[in-house]
Formats: sequence, structure tokens, C-alpha cells
Amino acid sequence: MCGIAGLIHRGNTSNVGFELQGMLQALKHRGEDSTGYALYGKTDGQNFIMRFKVGENVAEGSSSVKEDVSVYDERKKIVDSYLSKLGAKVIKEDRILPYSLRYEIQYDKDLMEFSQKIESVEGVEILSMGKSLEVIKDLGNAEVVCNRYNLDKVVGTHAIGHARMATESGVDIKSAHPFWGYPFSDVSVVHNGQLTNYWNNRRVLENKGMRFMSECDSELIAVYLAEKMRNGATLEEGMKESLVGLDGVFTYFVATKDSLGMAKDTMAAKPLVLYESDDLVAMGSEEIAIRSILPQEIETYDPFDGEVKVWQI
Amino acid sequence: MANLKTSEKKSKAQSMGLHTEVLTGKTQQKFFNPDEAENFYYFGTYDVDFNKRTEIDVKNMDCREANKKIDELMKDGYGTIVIKNPQGKHSLGVGILNKLNLIFEGSLGYFGCGSMDGPIVRINGRVGWSCAENMMAGKVVIEKNAGSCFGAAIRGGDLICKGSVGARTGIDQKGGTIIIGGDAGAFTGFMMQRGRIIILGDVGINLGDSMYDGTIFVGGKIGSFGSDAVEAELTDSDQDWLKRKLKVAEIGENFDVSKMTKVVAGKKLWNYDALEPTEKKGAI
Repeated sequence: MCGIAGLIHRGNTSNVGFELQGMLQALKHRGEDSTGYALYGKTDGQNFIMRFKVGENVAEGSSSVKEDVSVYDERKKIVDSYLSKLGAKVIKEDRILPYSLRYEIQYDKDLMEFSQKIESVEGVEILSMGKSLEVIKDLGNAEVVCNRYNLDKVVGTHAIGHARMATESGVDIKSAHPFWGYPFSDVSVVHNGQLTNYWNNRRVLENKGMRFMSECDSELIAVYLAEKMRNGATLEEGMKESLVGLDGVFTYFVATKDSLGMAKDTMAAKPLVLYESDDLVAMGSEEIAIRSILPQEIETYDPFDGEVKVWQI
Repeated sequence: MANLKTSEKKSKAQSMGLHTEVLTGKTQQKFFNPDEAENFYYFGTYDVDFNKRTEIDVKNMDCREANKKIDELMKDGYGTIVIKNPQGKHSLGVGILNKLNLIFEGSLGYFGCGSMDGPIVRINGRVGWSCAENMMAGKVVIEKNAGSCFGAAIRGGDLICKGSVGARTGIDQKGGTIIIGGDAGAFTGFMMQRGRIIILGDVGINLGDSMYDGTIFVGGKIGSFGSDAVEAELTDSDQDWLKRKLKVAEIGENFDVSKMTKVVAGKKLWNYDALEPTEKKGAI
């Protein structure tokens, strides 16, 4: 089933980590195999923030194979050496969990070359790369993941998130949402639905040099949009093209450094409730997600079939 | 499947295009025999006084607790119940088989007021997916917008949304009337089998797709007709009925019904046989 939620403060910042946690926790009945956050924080915009993993969470319920922590250490060492070779300077390093790391990096060259090099290390995946975006995803419900990564204090402009019920791929971090719009800085996607032409599209995109890290159909949306933007399309244009190019039922959110968008398939088969005001847009699979941050009576609506909307901060 | 035959003498409902078939099958005879009193027995009905009014705040209740509380209040004879702070919770006000004035001061989540038979409900907010699903009788008025599958499979009663509604409104509708003050999404009236849908605004693509019977009236633009949905002549009788219905519904009272589009089943997809299942089996 899965649940998605997103919000954007226009002309303001807020405690988006705490707000998104509340929204996703309200949707936990839609799936709590894993939960993911894409938070657009308040930064100086100078350095890249790279969130990456060197292994999987192998807790109860995980479909991943257990590895020794020494394997993670070895992978980290290789990543560090590759960063040096790429000319990237690590300004700050946080190892939040044995398998999950956050680096602040000075880097001004091609992100695709960068990502390919780093992800050539077995078991390493860049969860996000951006000057504002940080993707944090792990097994468990919203509250568990929020507490594990101390997300409730994160201040920013906008955020999207996903509560996942694994149906077509594993219970692991690599299949969890949000997906980074590789190789674009600050692009992330969450999705609720099923894509029926996943393999056809994946083969085409892989032949064009795009990378897939999981077998989760939702990853296709991030890669599909990234490829459109790589060829000059705006975010909104890419999203509108996706209504034709992607087959199946879906509601998805995509966020960039300064915008948040939603798209709904032409059959409107997946739910979405939307609240829109001059200073805040909040949306989720169910109204109770929005109610977690706006308990008072508000005007909400369901976007229609084939609708695409994009808001700026 | 029930036997079907074409009636030579048309009833008023048939002349309005609401339905054309006459059911004569054994199944119908068995289940709708008015001499069998047990067919009219309802479990859990109470004598209530509409002048006996109370309020409950469901802010800290889950849907089971809230619905149980409503049931207890009806048991105590309360005929008017005001629900405060529903806050988008799912499945509130479901399964009420009783006369009752039920007022929600706020919005409901999914499946609000489903499977009910008899109450008059007013919701001063919006509703999520599948509001009033399977309603048998009664009236539900929503002051704001509604989600998808609005009035799915309703058998009777009036379901009124003063705002706009999502996709698949009236899917599998089997009776009753759905009235929309604003716009409606794609696949409105999808596989509807009987009853009426009135939309004062625009409607999305595939209107009345695979509809078996029933009638849809649209005041605004139509995205596209679904498979086997066709436009029919809007008669004087239709217009009289629409005016009365909109007046009673307190919605679009001054709406110019003469410009509405009437949509019915083209019946090209009809594929009945004239045999009961047992007879069919014998024939095979």
C-alpha cells in the first residue's frame, strides 16, 4: 500500500524533520517496513552533503544478508581514498550508524563521474547528494527512523517522505524511498503505486548510461525524471511527460532544491489529499497526515487524474 | 442471474431512462417476498428522539470507540448527535441502521458513514475516499470536497457534496442519488447499475464507463464518454425532477437544468442470458 507525505514552507523555514515525522507516523498503518525522509535543510549552500551507506540494516525483518562491521570499515576506507582521487575534500564526517554515513564535501566537478566512482565500491550506495537535500531512510516506522537519526531538530524549507509496505522488492534500505534523482544534485522522489512498464523503461535508461541501485519500480521515476532533466526538460515538463511514459497507477512527489511537485496518474487510482495556502503546502496519502501538523479545520481536496503541480519555496 | 424481459408498458422511471429491464428471476422472488417478515428485521435498531441532543468529542478516540459511543447514545434514545473534532479519522459513523440526525463538525477520512441505512448526516468539512459506501437509505450532506469513490455501490438515499469530488464517483452504484455541486473526476459512474448522479460542474474522462443502467446528468463540460455511455434526450420530466431534487438538496437551486447533458447506457455491452444459473447448468 505505502504512504507518502510532503510539505513546503513558502518564504519561510520550519522544523521540517519534526513535521514530516508526524505526517509519516500518521500513515504508519500503510506500511512500516521502512521509512524514508528527504529533508531540504537550511544550509549555506557552499558544500555538498553526501548521505551514503556502506551496508544494510540487518535487523529483524530485513531481507539483507548479515555482514561484519569490519566489511563496512573496509568499504569506508575505499570510499575515502576514491574521494581523494576525485579531488573531493571532506569537510565534516559523521558516522551515524555502522552502515550509515554523512559527509560534507567540497567538490566542483561532474556528479555522474563522482557517483559512478563511489558506487563502484561493492555495497556502497549514495542515498543523496546535494547542497540542501539529505535522504535518510532505514527499516522501521517514522518515529523509529526519526529517533535513530535525530531528525526531529532538522530545520528547512521543504521535505518529502515515505512509509513503505514492501510488496515487489526486499525489505532493505536500497529499496526504501525516497530515491535520489541520480546524478542530479538535490533531486528526490517518493512514490505510491505500481509501475507496469518498469523493465522496459529501465532497459532503455540503462542503455543511456543511467544507474539503478534496486529492483524497486519506484526508483524508475527518479531515474526517468533525471534523464529528462539531463536532456534539458524542466522538472514540470519531465513530470508531465511521465504521465505518458510511465504506465501503471501512481501518485508521486518530487522535490528539488527550491521546489516541490506532485503528479497523479491518468486513472487517479492512488490517493492524495492536498492542502494549499500562501505560506504552506502539505499533502499526503490520507488527510490524517496533514492533520498531524494542522489539527484545525482546513480546506483540503483530492487532485484530479493526470494532474501535475509544482510549488516553489 | 435473474431472468430479464422487456416490459411493454413503461413506468415513469423507465421512461426517464433510469432502467429498462424487469427482473423476474427466482432469486428476486426469493429475497424480496414481502410476506416474509424476517426480511425486514433489523438487528440493533433503537427508538430515538430527535429532540434529545448531545455532543461527543472524538479527538482522543479511535474509530471503534467513537462508533461504539454513537451506538450507546442511540441506545439511550438520543436522536441528534454532534461529533466534534473528527480530524480526518477513518470509518466514523459506519453501519448505523437507525433513524438519527448525525452532525460532524469537521472532516472525515476514508469510508465515513459507510453501510448505513436511515440516518441524516451533515458533515461540515470534507470527506476522504469511499464516503457512504454501500449506503441503503438516508441522506448525507458534505459541505466541502470529497475524495475518490464517493458513494461507491450505494443502494439508495441521497448523497450530496457541495464541493468537488475525486475519481470513480458512484462506482458500482445500485440506486439512490448522488449530487455534486462542483466538479467530478475521471470514471464517474463507472459500472453503475442503477440510480442517478447529478454533477453541476465539469466531469473528467471516461464518464459512465461500462455503465449498465442508471442516469448521469452533467451541468458542465465532459472530459470524454466512457465505453457504452451515450447522450440521451433531456426530457421535461427529467428537468422537473432535477429542479425538485436540487431544491431539496439545498444545492444549485437556481441552476439552469435545461442545459444539462443526460448520459445513459448505450446497452451495447449488455450480455444477458435468459436462464437461471441452475437452468443454465442443466442446459450445458
